[in-house]
Amino acid sequence: MALQTGEKSTKRMKNRIRKNKLFHTLFFGATALSLVILAMLFYRIISQGAGNLSWDFIKNFPAPYPDRAGIYAGLVGSLLLIAIVAVVSITIGVATAIYLEEYAKKNKLTSFIQSNIQNLAGVPSIVFGLLGLTFFVYILNFDFSLLSGGLTMSLLVLPIIVVAAQEAIRSVPNDLKEASYGMGATKWQTVLRVVIPAALPGMITGSILALSRAIGETAPLLVVGAATAIYALPDSIFGSYTAMPIQIYSWISKPGDEWPVVAATGIIILLIVLLIMNTIAALIRNKFQRRN
Amino acid sequence: MQNLKKFALLFSFILIIGVLAACGGSDEEEASNEETNKEETNANNGESNKDADLSGEIKLAGSSTVFPIMEYVTYEFVQENPGVNTPLESVGSGGGFERSTKGEIDFSNASRPIKEEEKALAEENGIELIETVLAYDGLSVVVSKENDFLEELTMEQLRDIFLSERGNTKWSDIDPSWPDEEIVIYSPGHDSGTFDYFNEVVLEEKPMREGEGVTLSEDDNLLVRGIQEDPYAIGFFGYAYYVANEDSLKVLAIDGGNGPVKPSGETIQDGTYSPLSRPLFTYINAESLKKPEVQAFTDFLLSGAAAEGAELVGYVPLPEEEYKSQLEALQAKYK
Repeated sequence: MALQTGEKSTKRMKNRIRKNKLFHTLFFGATALSLVILAMLFYRIISQGAGNLSWDFIKNFPAPYPDRAGIYAGLVGSLLLIAIVAVVSITIGVATAIYLEEYAKKNKLTSFIQSNIQNLAGVPSIVFGLLGLTFFVYILNFDFSLLSGGLTMSLLVLPIIVVAAQEAIRSVPNDLKEASYGMGATKWQTVLRVVIPAALPGMITGSILALSRAIGETAPLLVVGAATAIYALPDSIFGSYTAMPIQIYSWISKPGDEWPVVAATGIIILLIVLLIMNTIAALIRNKFQRRN
Repeated sequence: MQNLKKFALLFSFILIIGVLAACGGSDEEEASNEETNKEETNANNGESNKDADLSGEIKLAGSSTVFPIMEYVTYEFVQENPGVNTPLESVGSGGGFERSTKGEIDFSNASRPIKEEEKALAEENGIELIETVLAYDGLSVVVSKENDFLEELTMEQLRDIFLSERGNTKWSDIDPSWPDEEIVIYSPGHDSGTFDYFNEVVLEEKPMREGEGVTLSEDDNLLVRGIQEDPYAIGFFGYAYYVANEDSLKVLAIDGGNGPVKPSGETIQDGTYSPLSRPLFTYINAESLKKPEVQAFTDFLLSGAAAEGAELVGYVPLPEEEYKSQLEALQAKYK
């Protein structure tokens, strides 16, 4: 009798170990798969485009000839757009998150707003383009300008920033806040000196991820009038502009063998900019996390 | 207190990055403008160029088919007139007319003539749009080089292949001497001007086959790749894409009633590649012709640049006299 149960339990044990191994390989496979796809993408892009990478490519405006085409207008356009998006969407986004988390009463209206913000984060980007066209271009009369493009992109990433900032604020331990109140601090003082500093790393990560999304978007920009070919930089925030993804798309869709190479080189530059942004985010986050 | 300081520091850091990006941009712009200016004066030493001090903005938008021609023309124009900015948007013929009928742009590029309702809208807004033909494009029906049973098709056979109501899914359904293999179709997406044109001339607005064996894509290079590799595939796109991939594609002669004709520079230009060749347009806002930079651009466009651009990207230029007569008609309005 005793022997039998012993045999059974070793059998069960073996079974469990086998299952454990199975899921281990399964999950490892899932991770490996996404890494392999990423590696393939990098390999393809870099093997195709690296040879074409040169200072000229960065310094040249778009051109009808593959050997003279460059990403300068797109690069500067994208950086200017991101600067506008950063200032507008981070300011408004963080303020909204603070209001919703710290000030708003927990009632039906708030939860209605809350769920709408989450829905907005999933709205297709072209819809934001149409909104930007109606509101910024026509109603506010900003014309088809850099400012219209930047503000439209700000709307696009705003929900992402709000949600990320809210998560960051929610993860601030309650003891910290209560300690602050206990010391006689007002709500504003608590928010400013306890909540925001503690939530800062999360907010920054969320914001940079949102900006990275903005730098890769094309559809809304086409709607609000970004140029596909332009040979001058915007002279003011009301000037005409273009952006990197638009340039890349235009190169990919051209006939001829040389253009995919130019497009691949453009993608490398876009990846480098993304990498720099994410590195800055990681550095800032680490700095603040260590302090906390 | 320290936290507050750090926060303020971070906030100003973000602001500074923004401002720096903005300033950096405009500084470099000035520098590059100076450079091109210098080159310009060097290039024009000894030559008199009355357009050298032109400035302002010429706005162009519209068809992605016309885009490569206009990209060439604007690029070369700006080399000679660096003070002029020429933002060129590729938003489709309809997208271009949406802007031009409101008077927002100077040149509206189109791969089809303006529609009645667009014309009415322009009139309502008091805008006159002057039609100008830039070049011809021959819609090319192609198969893979490996295809050994097709050389030519009649319009009726094209309909047999592409129309869903004919119900043919295998090549042998249409002609028993053709192989017993599935027909694989590659077509530009329904939003493109190229599809519009095919829809009007070949399909006569009846629905095209869909679903299995049919690939739609806005990316013409994807269509090229699909057809190259499959001996039983067929597709269509602009002549430029055929020219760029001549060694792996076979273009079919089309019989529009007067015997089979293959698209080529000559047959497209003289109209014998009918009915699948089409004119490419730009519509000029008559009001814009009052601006000196638009006048200079129009002169430049029609005295050689449009033809060179068409040639460069694989379209077919008009006979020289036609550019000339169009230019004279336009110049009558401002000279």
